[in-house]
Amino acid sequence: MAMEAADIAQMIKEGLPDAEVTIEDLRGDGDHYAALVVSPAFRGKSRVQQHQMVYAALRGKMGGDLHALALQTATPEDAPKF
Amino acid sequence: MSGNPVFDRIKQDISDNPVVLYMKGTPMFPQCGFSAAVVQILSELGVKFKGIDILVDPSLREGVKQFTNWPTIPQLYVKGEFIGGCDIVREMAANGELEGLLKEKGILA
Repeated sequence: MAMEAADIAQMIKEGLPDAEVTIEDLRGDGDHYAALVVSPAFRGKSRVQQHQMVYAALRGKMGGDLHALALQTATPEDAPKF
Repeated sequence: MSGNPVFDRIKQDISDNPVVLYMKGTPMFPQCGFSAAVVQILSELGVKFKGIDILVDPSLREGVKQFTNWPTIPQLYVKGEFIGGCDIVREMAANGELEGLLKEKGILA
């Protein structure tokens, strides 16, 4: 079962209200996404902890409905510039 | 945290082996692109690791996710420490951090 990009972004923002969330549908199939999540809440956290915070916001969808979400997290200071 | 025999098994695995990858399939025959990607990264670095196929054991498949509070497979451990899944390993490989960590831990010369 697939998820819409907007639903993924909304769930992440509900869990991490200060986050900037960018979602890319990698194959246009609604099943393989890449997400960049930038949040001040990540300051002082390890990368594993940052990803766990995003997975917690997704409340069990990751690994279930959401098979493939390539996740990148960063603090605003470390965010990649486009 | 305790009382789960699978957790004891995982603790044993990651203390007996310096580098452990819980994965779908085997290092020779990965059954998932994400697992294959991590196998490739480790192989390119010349890292010896123990690949553990979670597909053959449903209790291990669930247990390893609970053990780390991490929802996906693959999962990489170095010297008993959970390093991350495919995304983190890829990122660390790309920026050289993984090689640095493996040298620091005495896995790579």
